[in-house]
Amino acid sequence: MTIARHRLPRPAGPARAGPTRAGLPGALRAEWTKLRTEPGTAWILAAIFVLTVAVGAATAAATRCGAGTGCAIDPTKVSLTGIEVGQAVVAVLAVLVISGEYSTGMIAVTFTAMPRRWTVLAAKAVTLTGLVLAAAVVAVAGSLAAGRLILTGNGITAAQGFAVVSLAHGPTVRAAVGSVLYLALVGLLSLGIATIVRDSAAATGTVLGVLYVPPVIALFLGSEPAWQRWIERYTPVNAGLAILNTTGLRHLAISPWAGLGVLAGWAAAGLLAAGLLLRLRDA
Amino acid sequence: MTATITPYRPPQQAGRAGFVQLLHAEWTKFRTLRGWVIAVVIAAAAIAVVGVLLPHSGQSHCGSRSGAACLALLATGPGGEAVNDSYYLAAQPLAGDGSLVSSGNGGFAGPGSPPPGTLIPGLVPWAKAGIIITGSTRPGSAYAAMTVTGSHGVRMQYDYTSDIAGLPGSVSAASPRWLRLTRSGDVVTGYDSADGRGWTEVGVARLAWLAGTVRAGMFATSPLNFTPNFPTYAEPGGSLSASLATGAFDDVHLRGGAPGGRWAGQHVGTIGANYDGPRIGLRQAGGQFTVTGSGDIGPVVAAGTNSIFITGTLADHLFGVFIGLLIMIVVAAMFITMEYRRGLIRTTLAASPRRGRLLAAKAVVIGLATFVLGSAAAAVAVIAGSRIAHDSGIYILASGWPIEARVILGTGAMLAVASVLALSIAAMLRRSVAAVAAVVVVIVLPYILGVSGVLPASASEWVLRVTPAAGFAVEQSVPQYQQVVGHYGPPDYYPLAPWSGFAVLCVYAAVALGLAAWLLRRRDA
Repeated sequence: MTIARHRLPRPAGPARAGPTRAGLPGALRAEWTKLRTEPGTAWILAAIFVLTVAVGAATAAATRCGAGTGCAIDPTKVSLTGIEVGQAVVAVLAVLVISGEYSTGMIAVTFTAMPRRWTVLAAKAVTLTGLVLAAAVVAVAGSLAAGRLILTGNGITAAQGFAVVSLAHGPTVRAAVGSVLYLALVGLLSLGIATIVRDSAAATGTVLGVLYVPPVIALFLGSEPAWQRWIERYTPVNAGLAILNTTGLRHLAISPWAGLGVLAGWAAAGLLAAGLLLRLRDA
Repeated sequence: MTATITPYRPPQQAGRAGFVQLLHAEWTKFRTLRGWVIAVVIAAAAIAVVGVLLPHSGQSHCGSRSGAACLALLATGPGGEAVNDSYYLAAQPLAGDGSLVSSGNGGFAGPGSPPPGTLIPGLVPWAKAGIIITGSTRPGSAYAAMTVTGSHGVRMQYDYTSDIAGLPGSVSAASPRWLRLTRSGDVVTGYDSADGRGWTEVGVARLAWLAGTVRAGMFATSPLNFTPNFPTYAEPGGSLSASLATGAFDDVHLRGGAPGGRWAGQHVGTIGANYDGPRIGLRQAGGQFTVTGSGDIGPVVAAGTNSIFITGTLADHLFGVFIGLLIMIVVAAMFITMEYRRGLIRTTLAASPRRGRLLAAKAVVIGLATFVLGSAAAAVAVIAGSRIAHDSGIYILASGWPIEARVILGTGAMLAVASVLALSIAAMLRRSVAAVAAVVVVIVLPYILGVSGVLPASASEWVLRVTPAAGFAVEQSVPQYQQVVGHYGPPDYYPLAPWSGFAVLCVYAAVALGLAAWLLRRRDA
């Protein structure tokens, strides 16, 4: 008598797909799934758009300039004022991407599935950047359209000698592209800080402090021009927001692209420190 | 037969449910979390250190002297406030009671064509020419004046800070005004008339120290004109230019003066004159007098455009407060969201099922802690900061202990109420990230937008009136004067009065606390 050897089917599922899942594409897919299924994400993306456009439009509506008063208005910069508020929401999204995992204990699962911590961080950075870029493009376009409409209604027109918001205007295009990149870099900087701080509330507070404290310090340092200039050149937000200017570029403390470069440097440093700490520390 | 069953009552029930025990429990939770204690101490340190170190590193220089020695040159008015007192005076002595009447034109002859670059053409809004009774020619002495102004009609002004409008309408050669000042002891009454017959009383000034022989006569003065570069709200750059005013008087009578007295002209005050050329002075042609002067009679304001001194206010030393506020409201938000995250809220509510009282206890603990720390830090910043400023010759306007106490305790109270607001918002939202982001966006961001000059001036003022950031108004220590042109913006001035701004913040906190208590009762933990 022979016993027929049944060939058991090989187990399907994760074990089979092993090698392809371990790399960056798998991690990306995992991060995208997590972020996509988080109930807050859609609201946050909507908030980036709504706050940015609403604040920019309100500022444009309040901007008036009587004929002959010679006031210096930069229409593109006025239209993009909402970036100052929208960046807070971008920061919140970035914090949620990493601190949300620490507060629920999900991070342990993540690192079990993908033990390469640099890969996890890179996947989170790429996913976050993609989402922020998408929201920022819409928000910046909306702000510029609203600003153009409202400012023209307020009599701030090319006939009055103003550099109106227009895609034919080189500096405006630079400011538009630059502010989209600015929001993405703010997201990356926030992701780095949040990964270092870990606790969600403390991370949110720290990130918002990094974004909002130096500009106000610079504002009140009128008696110390050297320090003021240093802050305007080398802190993330002050330097990064130089990209919004389309007029009076000679009076800026730092040129627009160099300023964005400073912000990129901060974001890179933040992510580097975050990656090293991720490797060194226990989850 | 029925048996009565007495339900079991724990012996300490009454005591344990008391509010004091609840406070004790919440205080224990607060002080045993090392991170929070470190955070609030850092917040207090930021307020103190920034306030002492950052503002005003400059030094005043006045001739050969510098630093605190310069402050001796600053004139102070009868109320102790710093004043500008610089004008051209053509006066006679007045020993007793009397009255001074200027008739006819009583207004301006235009300033003519000024030397290019030094003077602004035309009249500045608060250029003044009229009649004055002053205790002496020492800067800072008591006075009362009836004056025609550049674009604010006829005013009665006295003792630097008081300003009362006269008859409405502008003054010109076609519609002249008659002005009268009557002195009786230390009381001076001002009158205004359009025809020299029917007089309208404008105001009564009781001037302390106005005794014995005083000086009565014509004067003219005109303040520096400030042109801001940008239409922003805070810290504008701008240019200052000198200005001149000339008063033309058809006839001036002094009743009660020495018989046959003559008008003697002199420039009063050396500091603050902004034009010192040959056009200043008294001229007489065919019975008509013209008096030309430059300078200002009025309070020094922190807006900094009408004094040669470096001035500041207590608020300059409180600029670290927003950093402290940022940290304190994050801690206040975490004070409740942390309970939700760790599930501690269920234990807390089991121990004290009355949810409104729980929220009240948390509010009291976080409010008191931030009030005490915030006040202590503000005290260090204000007291040490203004002492350092004084030593460098920077004049701190309106110092003195009642104002210092109000600013210090007000700042502590502002931090406490903002923390309660943050706690309430967090109790509504429950999740840490959302709560921290919301409190920062609601409380700190409006302040930053309001003061940073990102927004146009009208929008900035609006933001500082209706958002919780209005609470920062409590840092103001000096009043705004409508009769002095200046840039009345943060950090020295806010659109609302100190306690009104604080009340706006309190309304937000009260509404949020009520909503949070209602939601806490209604929702499951």
